[in-house]
Amino acid sequence: MSTLRTPLRRVIGLGSAKGGSGHWYSQRVTAVALVLLGVWFFAGLVRLEDGGYESVTRWLASPLSSALAILLVLTSAWHALLGLQVILEDYVASKGRRAVLLLAVKFAYAVAAVVGVLAVLRIAFGAAA
Amino acid sequence: MARHARPLSPFLHYRWLYSNTTSILHRITGVLLSLGFFLLVYWLAAAAAGPERYAAATRFLGSWLAQVVLLGTALAFCYHLLNGIRHLFFDAGHGFERPAARKSGWAVGIGSIVLGLVVWFVVRASLGGGA
Repeated sequence: MSTLRTPLRRVIGLGSAKGGSGHWYSQRVTAVALVLLGVWFFAGLVRLEDGGYESVTRWLASPLSSALAILLVLTSAWHALLGLQVILEDYVASKGRRAVLLLAVKFAYAVAAVVGVLAVLRIAFGAAA
Repeated sequence: MARHARPLSPFLHYRWLYSNTTSILHRITGVLLSLGFFLLVYWLAAAAAGPERYAAATRFLGSWLAQVVLLGTALAFCYHLLNGIRHLFFDAGHGFERPAARKSGWAVGIGSIVLGLVVWFVVRASLGGGA
């Protein structure tokens, strides 16, 4: 054999689904979570006295709201990423272009998610200076 | 794609039905909401950056262009939410009978427009038109 890879290794992962069931299930788990978090977020916006800085930060600084806001950011980013991955896999035929786009999308959501979480933490604990 | 000269799928032969319409709208609204996620992060980051930056962000979000985008986001959110719940029932094996699926599809379509407008108006009123 002129390769270091065994025949079994070359065959594993060649099915059409690949890591499909895990992806599918994560999409559903985050979907159910986002039903609850989405309703919480819009209900919170509606219950605010006004859209001013004081009322918004007071709302988001309470422990439960901070926790749920962080979960909202992380869950939306993950759910969006899973969905965009399916769309790239369906509509981008070139494997190379698809991999590059998926990587770019993952980086964008990783950065945005961390910015979102840090923003909530900063609202909760106050700026350093 | 041109490696095979044979037809690979019923390309361009789909009839315009409620079923493929609800399906593609779920994808389109999903993409819109994926972009809307960055608006949420922008809003949170502005609130974390202090009163001046937050006031600037609310001025921007109060502009008519941003309000149109937020109305679109509210409609997309409500559609994706309601149709997503519909799909969770599908995943559990319920609602596949033709009359039921058609009825739930139309209910999602009309319900999301109504709910989206309500959410946009109510949030806008609550935030004082600011955001």
